[in-house]
Amino acid sequence: MPEVDTTATRQVIVAVDHVDKHFTTPDGQPLPVLEDINFELSEGEIVALLGKSGSGKSTLLRCIAGLLAPTSGTVSYRGTPLNGANPGVAMVFQSFALLPWLTVQANTEMGLEARGMPPAECHPLALKMIDLIGLDGFEQAYPKELSGGMRQRVGFARALVVEPDALLMDEPFSALDVLTAENLRTELLNLWKGKDFPTKAILIVTHNIEEAVLMADRIFVLTSNPGRLRAEIPDPLPRPRDRRSPEFEALVDQIYGIMTGRETDDAGQPAPALEPALASPTELPLPDVSVGGLAGLMEILANLGGHADLPDLAKILTFEVDDLLPIVDAAEMLGFAKVADADLHLSPEGDEWVHADIQRSKELFAEVARERAPLVRAIVRALETTKDGTLNERFFLDLLGRGFGEDEARAQLNTAINWGRYGEVFDYDADDGELMLEKAAYPVD
Amino acid sequence: MASTRSFPTRGVLGRPRFSPVDLIVLAAVVLLLLGILRLAHDMNARSATAHVAIVSTDPAKLPYYAARSLLRMFIAFFASVVFTFVYATAAARSRRARVVLLPLLDILQSVPILGFLAVTITFFIALFPGSELGLECASIFAIFTSMAWNMTFSMYYSLTAEPAELDEAARMFRLTKWERFWQLDVPSSMIGLVWNGMMSFGGGWFFLAASEAISVGNKTYTLPGIGSYVAAAEDKGDLGEVGLAIVAMVIMVVGVNVLFWRPLVAYAEKFRVETSEAVQQPKSYVLNFLRQSHIPSYISKPLKPAGRGLDRITRPFGLAEYPLHTPEYKRRAGDVVFTVAMGAVILFGVYRGIVYFDHAAGFGQFTRCLGLGFLTFIRVVVLVVVATLIWVPLGVKIGMSPKLSRYAQPVVQVLASFPAILLFPFAIAVFLHLGISLNFGGIFLMALGAQWYILFNVIAGASAIPNDLRELMDQFRVPWQQKWRELILPGIFPYYVTGGITAAGGAWNASIVAEIATYGKHHLVASGLGAYIARASIKGDYPEILSGVIVMSFYVVVVNRLVWRRLYHLAETKYSL
Repeated sequence: MPEVDTTATRQVIVAVDHVDKHFTTPDGQPLPVLEDINFELSEGEIVALLGKSGSGKSTLLRCIAGLLAPTSGTVSYRGTPLNGANPGVAMVFQSFALLPWLTVQANTEMGLEARGMPPAECHPLALKMIDLIGLDGFEQAYPKELSGGMRQRVGFARALVVEPDALLMDEPFSALDVLTAENLRTELLNLWKGKDFPTKAILIVTHNIEEAVLMADRIFVLTSNPGRLRAEIPDPLPRPRDRRSPEFEALVDQIYGIMTGRETDDAGQPAPALEPALASPTELPLPDVSVGGLAGLMEILANLGGHADLPDLAKILTFEVDDLLPIVDAAEMLGFAKVADADLHLSPEGDEWVHADIQRSKELFAEVARERAPLVRAIVRALETTKDGTLNERFFLDLLGRGFGEDEARAQLNTAINWGRYGEVFDYDADDGELMLEKAAYPVD
Repeated sequence: MASTRSFPTRGVLGRPRFSPVDLIVLAAVVLLLLGILRLAHDMNARSATAHVAIVSTDPAKLPYYAARSLLRMFIAFFASVVFTFVYATAAARSRRARVVLLPLLDILQSVPILGFLAVTITFFIALFPGSELGLECASIFAIFTSMAWNMTFSMYYSLTAEPAELDEAARMFRLTKWERFWQLDVPSSMIGLVWNGMMSFGGGWFFLAASEAISVGNKTYTLPGIGSYVAAAEDKGDLGEVGLAIVAMVIMVVGVNVLFWRPLVAYAEKFRVETSEAVQQPKSYVLNFLRQSHIPSYISKPLKPAGRGLDRITRPFGLAEYPLHTPEYKRRAGDVVFTVAMGAVILFGVYRGIVYFDHAAGFGQFTRCLGLGFLTFIRVVVLVVVATLIWVPLGVKIGMSPKLSRYAQPVVQVLASFPAILLFPFAIAVFLHLGISLNFGGIFLMALGAQWYILFNVIAGASAIPNDLRELMDQFRVPWQQKWRELILPGIFPYYVTGGITAAGGAWNASIVAEIATYGKHHLVASGLGAYIARASIKGDYPEILSGVIVMSFYVVVVNRLVWRRLYHLAETKYSL
């Protein structure tokens, strides 16, 4: 990127202007996924979009790629609004998206051939890129003969060989094991610094905070349900970046704080938190967590003396934020733990739960779940109004479907069933989809 | 690692130039081409004798007849593939086309195409006067209609189930419509298409045999082929010659399987999207043999520039992309125009139909057809029930034993492909001898072809029951009634439903040739809708043919909707492993 040196002369490659995206639930209700997104991707920078699952970050990337139409607002490439696949970008997919019936070389040449380039010109370009990306010798291999890391290299080669203005990456390293991912990240950053790199900007979508801090010049944090830009964090750390440097850890901590913290309103003030005991099932969805997972985290927390730094905890468990945060959310919802400044503290209730015997822990769990897990509470109340204490799941799915999509409604109910069964609050018959109150949970009169 | 390495890979240069394998393959290719040229020339033979090729029953001519029949099968198969590509793509890619094409395909699938032979023959003969080509086309068309619908459905479902990220990659990398079709759509539909093609091809033999010798309007049309050979032998009442034809037929079915389908099935594995690895890799010796030879690459090399030329020519058709934003009014207007146009076509068709029947014979014959249809319906029900009672226990027995099923599966596959029509003479000879009426014997004739689908699918289902579940049952010493109720029946149910629906469909079609029979100077007739259609064909009475076919389609559609589709749903939701 020779001509890029100061921010003032930086050309904007992709501009996202007031983009909203709604999907439609099965009964025709709009389901907001992205709300009022504004940002620009300029020459010479790496930007990370960071968010939990459900933040619509992949949806946003697909709007930028021109694969999805925003419900309102525009995405433009070099000043021209998109009406089809973005002509100036290429994408690297989480699942690689290679054509299994084509060789490495043929996969790499896909984009060139599509431009009508004759084979005599395609071949040398593709071979050079394959060489650059470290796949030399595998030109005639098929993707299924390669390891995950090698496959993703093909994904990179295929994207880079068309010399796109900007490279879009959708969680490119999350399907790889930790070492392979680290290796590939480092190599990509080295290429980025080199003069042969054909691309002027990179936009990476990720749920991994450290990955964002390691790679990006600017980091956008997205909220969940619906996705909004919560914060823009510049990352001025000198490259190559050292994960163990105090500056690096401070930045990671800061972002952990933002991601686990409360929503902020437009003025940047923390919005009042939803009180779980009052919120409705759609206002405060259940985190997708099993009771076993929750118990595991609480036990670790208790063993660590009742409080832990979240990034440390993630590192101990070699977890990523996407895996850890839902459990933390669940612990907070049920009042077993509290988050303050990226630290997790075990509450007295949590402490009692961890140390109780099986029967007692079930009782405790039932108590808090009935009070503080909105969907569990709603199900119990609905079941109590019926004569025999049973209702079909369709009733709840229809209600939930209004606030979530069909799949999400099913996932919510499954979590509630898992929690309800564990606490012996209610039971579920998978054959006919009936939910029923446990005998003991009947109001005794 | 500077790339001094060149393309193609070094292995190619290292191989010996020419091997005995190459010679064999080359000889085979040359022979095949010469054979096709010779047969193609004969297809256009002038027929002075008003569309009656003299089919001699001289056994020496049998290989030639068999080759003619085989060529017909492959032309029909090729036509089915082309049709599938166009129709399935249109249905999958165009929202408006889908609304019309899918229901239409559903109906076409239920039409007993044998009933239409009389109509199509007249049409094609008019198209090619004074040549056998008209008859050829009619026969090929009949085979085509037996293959195409299944394959089209298969490709349609593959297209709609394309992995989302591959679709995105194709759009992202700006493939043209043409490139996307060949690089993504066809490969990702390949496995389903090959398996369905193989099954449909097997079903096609029946229509081949039935369409080579046919009487319309008191004229008999014959084409040189194995089906007409049997018809001629049957007229002479010579069971020995029929037996020879059956042997030839078995050789053909097996030969096509070994030389064409097995290699294709094994080759199609290349197109499996990795996430679903096949349990057992299909193997083919013929494919391995071909892979050892250089001939395929010599043949395909000059074709590559041609392929790129096509890529270039089709470029103006545009990218495989659609605009993200279409103005609402434009979309609405398009919908309205489309709906009005379709509505007009349908209304006009219905109007013409009503006028036609009103003029021709009145609507009374529909009532008659419904009554006769009920008799045939009962035959189909009896057939399915009896075949189920016999073949389900046997199929389970075979399927649960890996050893047995390894040998039985190919045999049953051949039985299912074998055109039962060739066996009719033997059965009818027995009926005549024992004095059995065709009213009952017809069921047996229909079953000769249809029953195998049940057996075939039950074997497949039983062998798919997980071994650990079976061992569990044995370990707990579960009594056999409970074992059947809790493991075997639920396990084979989805497969049985597939077999049942195919068997019933085949039986309806077969009723047109099974409810009426000529053997020597004996004429046998059963009362039923099949016989009604067959007789209308012989008379050349188009209104009767049409009403018969419409009523039969109606029966098939209604039974499918009321019975089979529900069972299907049950199988998919509850009993899928």
